[in-house]
Amino acid sequence: MSKDGSGGYRGHGLEFLSKHSLSIADSVEFDTEDGHIIGVIMPRYESGSDEFIVIKLKSGYNTGIKIAKIKSITKLPGKDIAPTVTASTSPERRDLPKIALISTGGTIASKIDYRTGGVHAALSASELYASVPELADHAWIDPEVLLSEYSENLKPHHWTMIANRAAEKVKAGSYRGIVVSHGTDTMHYTAAAISFALQNLPIPVVFVGAQRSSDRPSSDAALNLIGATIFAAKSEVAGVFVAMHAGLSDDIVAMHVGTRVRKNHTSRRDAFESIDVTPVALVTNGSVEMQQDSEIRLPPRSSATGLKLKPDFDDRVLLLKYYPGFDPRLIDHAVAAGYRSIILEGTGLGHVNKECFPALKKAVESGMMICMTSQCIWGRIRMTVYDTGRDLLGIGVIPLSDMISETATVKAMWALANATSIESAKEIMQENLANEISSSIPISD
Amino acid sequence: MTSLDPATLDLKVGFEIHQQLATKSKLFCRCSSKEADKYDNRFVRKLRPTRSELGSFDPAAMFEFSKMRTVEYHAACGSSCLVEADEEPPHDISSDALETALIFSLALNSKIMDEIHVMRKIVIDGSNTTGFQRTMLVATGGYLDVAGRKPVGVQSICLEEDAAKLIDDDKQFRKYGLDRLGVPLVEIALEPVTGKPDEIVQVALTLGRLLRASKRVARGLGSIRQDVNISVQNGAVVEVKGVQQLDQLVKVIEYEMKRQHGLITIADRLKQRKVAVDQIGERIDDVTDIFREAHSKIVTKILDAPDAVFLALRAPGFSGIIGFEPYPGIRIGKELGRMVRFYELDGVFHSDELPNYGITDKEITNVKQKLQLGDKDAFVIVGGSKDRVEPAIDAIIQRLKGAFAGVPAETRAATIEGETVFLRPRPGAARMYPETDISPIPVTESKLAGLASKVPKPWDAVIDSISKKYNLNLKLASQIFDSNYHMVFEKIAADTSVPPTFIVSKLTEDLVNLQRQGLDPSALTDDTIADIFARLDAGLISKESIVVIFEKLMKNEVRTVDEAIKSSGIISMSREELSIALDRIIDENMGTVKSKGMDALNTLMGRAMAVLRGKADGQKINGMLKDKLEKLVK
Repeated sequence: MSKDGSGGYRGHGLEFLSKHSLSIADSVEFDTEDGHIIGVIMPRYESGSDEFIVIKLKSGYNTGIKIAKIKSITKLPGKDIAPTVTASTSPERRDLPKIALISTGGTIASKIDYRTGGVHAALSASELYASVPELADHAWIDPEVLLSEYSENLKPHHWTMIANRAAEKVKAGSYRGIVVSHGTDTMHYTAAAISFALQNLPIPVVFVGAQRSSDRPSSDAALNLIGATIFAAKSEVAGVFVAMHAGLSDDIVAMHVGTRVRKNHTSRRDAFESIDVTPVALVTNGSVEMQQDSEIRLPPRSSATGLKLKPDFDDRVLLLKYYPGFDPRLIDHAVAAGYRSIILEGTGLGHVNKECFPALKKAVESGMMICMTSQCIWGRIRMTVYDTGRDLLGIGVIPLSDMISETATVKAMWALANATSIESAKEIMQENLANEISSSIPISD
Repeated sequence: MTSLDPATLDLKVGFEIHQQLATKSKLFCRCSSKEADKYDNRFVRKLRPTRSELGSFDPAAMFEFSKMRTVEYHAACGSSCLVEADEEPPHDISSDALETALIFSLALNSKIMDEIHVMRKIVIDGSNTTGFQRTMLVATGGYLDVAGRKPVGVQSICLEEDAAKLIDDDKQFRKYGLDRLGVPLVEIALEPVTGKPDEIVQVALTLGRLLRASKRVARGLGSIRQDVNISVQNGAVVEVKGVQQLDQLVKVIEYEMKRQHGLITIADRLKQRKVAVDQIGERIDDVTDIFREAHSKIVTKILDAPDAVFLALRAPGFSGIIGFEPYPGIRIGKELGRMVRFYELDGVFHSDELPNYGITDKEITNVKQKLQLGDKDAFVIVGGSKDRVEPAIDAIIQRLKGAFAGVPAETRAATIEGETVFLRPRPGAARMYPETDISPIPVTESKLAGLASKVPKPWDAVIDSISKKYNLNLKLASQIFDSNYHMVFEKIAADTSVPPTFIVSKLTEDLVNLQRQGLDPSALTDDTIADIFARLDAGLISKESIVVIFEKLMKNEVRTVDEAIKSSGIISMSREELSIALDRIIDENMGTVKSKGMDALNTLMGRAMAVLRGKADGQKINGMLKDKLEKLVK
């Protein structure tokens, strides 16, 4: 639904509505060439044709009526049903661990207006308990709305906002954990950003999203939110995590480390996967099972005094995927456009063809930080195996081991904003700060 | 029953026909609409109701949710993909299915929507992985011509997704197969009609025939389902689901007429008693202790469970009412029994039926004392686990209060016997919202103009053309058309030189006979039937063996036609083999031949058929036997 109140109508549709002083949710009777139609005016897809008015009939069905067929209109007295306040909200359990729930967008809990078909976020504590009553069994939730954005619209300055807000919550000292609800498309970027921005975190910060919107009965939102809350409240470790379905079933929520997770599917509810490591924990039936075989070493919970907040990011970083036919002039253009770093997503063990060498050399000489990751997603790069790799190292390309490209991009933005020189930024890139680099990749099926 | 006059009762019956379409793919993905014979994957889900902004949940949705448990889904490759698993947004609508819905709308003279909007109808019994059914209103109004009555009005024509198939429902899991989920269905709701049940059924029959005449609908068991809205004067509309056959439909209408009038009779008696409705449910007591020492097997079995309780409800003024039967089998007590079964409880007893089930006078007296029961009061006891008994008691209170109004508006399910049982309360309008994943679909004049030629002809004309085309009499033509085998008949008639009359007789009379013996027709797919007739055409099997093969398959004794042929030894004999076999039969019966001459033919034929049935064609046997006999007699 549009934000300007036009309900998505434009052109003829909008003209028609304003000419007859009609607005969304008005009850009307249309006399058309096909007979009388009584219903409620509904919002319209903005992308659809402007020749139709959408009506909800008494049966509950919506239908589009061609404006050209409408002969006359009678506005009927509106039957506004007084919203009944939900009575049965669970009382807050102040004896339970207190969890801050920061909402950044995506509708982790929502309610439907069946009259207009609109979906609205349900984010007051009482609405949350009403939507996901199980939450009240595990935690005392303190919710707040920080941002209301689709995740594709989030930018590095939003990461800064989230980091600052989370740091305030940590410093308050009264929270056992923080849950951040987030649209899934870029959730792994934000999780990586917060992993670098909040150093020495004393408590868990758990990102959570949903692949099926929460307005449908089959949404994965509730289970993910319950899993995230339980982990934030019960786990003995600190750090930044992503909580999402482990499989297609509504039973297990996997906890991924914020720097080692990637959205690997457009639509499945288990789209998020840990890369090269096993998830650190699974939440099943209300309890946390730490995965003992995980190579990831996590710090235990500690006191808030150790928190180091470094919330700044420099967005002059280009993530560039190499492909056959790649034009080396793209690198020149990046230099000319003022980028300070390129994360190359090379082939295999970390390669680009030798036609790129002159451009890369020029870029490095101009003071740019060029780093290499692999487009293979899984596995580590190794640039000493083939000539090409060795030559690239010679030019000054920084190998990023098994860091995933998205994490590398975020880290470069953070390193450039926090390092005193490009040389120290390069050193930071190769240091393991938040489990973004692993020392060994386990053998698995 | 004969005492009930539909006209006096003002019986009204509205049909809602759900017809599966014979499209190659499903409505919102390109998976096959065919039923799976095995499943490859499973996953489990939990659905939860979504709350409307008005702070209310749809009553039907809440009712299902109150029974909620884990749902297990089984998927087969080919018939389901990520769309059915609710793991991928729906694809574009099947243009074939939409076209069919538009053709039906034209055939029923309905007003087609200018722009069709796909909606989500909340259904959280687990039969849809999404928790809703995708459905769209295609047309409204129009009429159906029915012989012998005024045209019947059409309310609406919708195109929607079929639900998943329930495989199993035990206390732990409800299991569904995803192969049927998303198969296109056309739902046609007709205006309520009046008349005698058997006349009313003609309406449904006529509509079914119109749909089949399009050759665009699926055939076979379960491909057409009728919901029937039934009401009588002073009652409420009761929706009966799951009527699959027309003879069952007559029984259901008759049963509901009797049930609804019975409930109204009970309500009248209650009103005469001047019972205060508000007092129902005022007194509920825990009577578990009274039954601790009981010898009743049912009671002790219930109390074996750790959290079991018995709650007793005082029903003021209901003495003699709960067990009162205005018609045999129609009583409030029976309705209560069905209702608690919904909460997975078996133990419900009321004072009108006690002492019984091993419950003694002493226990009854104790319960009456505890509830401070008056002479005109009744009680209802429910036993079982506490978290089920409490909502069940609430439902009973509502049902007893509803007894004053007579007929509660509810959704009921048809039983095979033609009765109906409580299924759930009727859903409210608060269960539809737009399917935002699919853009609205405009219907243009030019598109409709192109479909006009595809509108099915009237039934009489269709039968007439079948009759002419295949040289069948009108009776056979209508029999094959009304059967589930019309499409396969046309295929066999086109592909083989088997006479159409013969094919029809096998596919109607013989198959009906086998089904009457209780055999399972689902074992005979169209492909199997076509295969059998192709073998006949090729001379590989005899005419007589067709029914033998049908029977073997329908008894599930064998799985394939080859196995059926092998196990019954009906391989067609060569001329030489037949000649040898007949010579042997003549030898064995030489006495008869000598004494009767040519008149022995009938006896010999009987002997021969006893041995050779299915192995050789009867006419062939007769001919050869006659030749041999003639030579011998000469």
